[in-house]
Amino acid sequence: MAKITYIEHDGTQHEIDADTGTTVMNAAIDNLVPGIDADCGGECSCATCHVMVHEAWLGKVGTPSDTEESMLDLNPERQANSRLSCQIAVSGEIDGLVVDLPEFQF
Amino acid sequence: MAEASLPRMIDVDPWSIAIEDIDVSQRELWAENKKWDFFTRLRDEAPVHFCPESDVGPYWSVTRYADIMEVENNWQSFSSDRTIVIDDPEEDFELPMFIAMDPPKHHDQRKTVQGVVAPVNLQALEGTIRERVQDILDSLPVGREFNWVEQVSIELTTQMLATLFDFPFADRHKLTRWSDVATGSPETGVVETEEQRREELYECLEYFTRLWQERVDKPQGIDLVSMLAHGEATQNMDPQEYLGNLVLLIVGGNDTTRNSITGGVLALHENPNEYNKLRSNPALIPTLVSEIIRWVTPLAHMRRTVTKDCELHGKTLRAGDKVVMWYVSGNRDERVIDRPNEFMIDRPRARQHLSFGFGIHRCMGNRLAEMQLRILWEEIQNRFHKVEVVGQPQRVPSNFVHGFTELPVVLHAL
Repeated sequence: MAKITYIEHDGTQHEIDADTGTTVMNAAIDNLVPGIDADCGGECSCATCHVMVHEAWLGKVGTPSDTEESMLDLNPERQANSRLSCQIAVSGEIDGLVVDLPEFQF
Repeated sequence: MAEASLPRMIDVDPWSIAIEDIDVSQRELWAENKKWDFFTRLRDEAPVHFCPESDVGPYWSVTRYADIMEVENNWQSFSSDRTIVIDDPEEDFELPMFIAMDPPKHHDQRKTVQGVVAPVNLQALEGTIRERVQDILDSLPVGREFNWVEQVSIELTTQMLATLFDFPFADRHKLTRWSDVATGSPETGVVETEEQRREELYECLEYFTRLWQERVDKPQGIDLVSMLAHGEATQNMDPQEYLGNLVLLIVGGNDTTRNSITGGVLALHENPNEYNKLRSNPALIPTLVSEIIRWVTPLAHMRRTVTKDCELHGKTLRAGDKVVMWYVSGNRDERVIDRPNEFMIDRPRARQHLSFGFGIHRCMGNRLAEMQLRILWEEIQNRFHKVEVVGQPQRVPSNFVHGFTELPVVLHAL
């Protein structure tokens, strides 16, 4: 179990409890957090679950795989802390995670 | 061409032909819209299917959604290098373009132009698109038959394309012609001969070379020509590669949305209950748009070439083999999509479809396409009670561009 906070572009916050074993993307979808499209359903192949991870958590969420890197690289609005939320697994390690949502998914 | 000697699918019963004899590439199947039962059989009986002999040589068909995703996500084994269509590249007329490249060059070139259709830019374009849609719709005759393809679908997408290229507006119909010529051939009737096709494409190159020269010495603008002329990865392209990338951007922005615009009208006409849902709840338009794009699947396939021997759904594919991902079939795969043969404008998870592709080659203009369709349907609702289809649609005889040349309609006022 982990608490995750999603902050929309307009500042609206959504705090949810996510089960261990799911992903940051699925936790958002299951709790109807807006702003994550997840067109490919979590296959790391559409980049429509883009989030920006708050700095304090960057060390805990790991680094993108080559495939994720390849998808992120094509997004002109990519930031240094950009990740695809389908590739971040939920565990006690990331309890308290805060992510910003982009204004638009590409 | 072995066209005459091969058995023609249009003459056989799709349910009794031996599975190994099926060849879904034949153009008549597409012109006559008779491919669906063949694809159902392939999905059920031979989801990774080898056709040893066809008008376009031997090829594998991948027809289920999940298998298509597997190919999309493995560009290392399934390469886009040199071509992404079922026909092999013409040895003496190759058109390099970034959709037909693998990383890293693909990424370098795509990143140069991708910003033009980034959502933040699209916001700035929304007002222009709406005005144009309004002008086009206001110019249409009410109560009298006309061809929707010609007067709406082509006109709207061509105007959009002219804007993205900052192309002289009065000459914009040249873009439509070049788009048709690029994907056409003597077999599809767009040109008389292959020589004529090449000549017309060189006219396109010549025209765009003038635009390049006008823009290369000026500060970089936000149009595609300026972006290519100034981009580090594209400024030194040779003419053939400039032409290739132009063809990609012209076809990508033209032949696709054009057919979603037409196909949407046809689908709503054929499904009056869905049309009534739309009339009573215009908030469904965003889902309608995704459902139209799934339903129409404006590009029927993408092709990959195997780089090293590998397994796919129990079959062994060899280096050099041609693999065709039939999006048109994956979008009707009941294993992933609930009641796929029903057009449902309130479909849950409507964005989950294959029409834009997935992985690194996913359509970069997908948000622009959706925006054009959304605005079009919003404005249609404000003006017309109904767009009635009054005759048979004519289809493009192509296994790649899945669309229409004619859709006779009559508009009914509110």
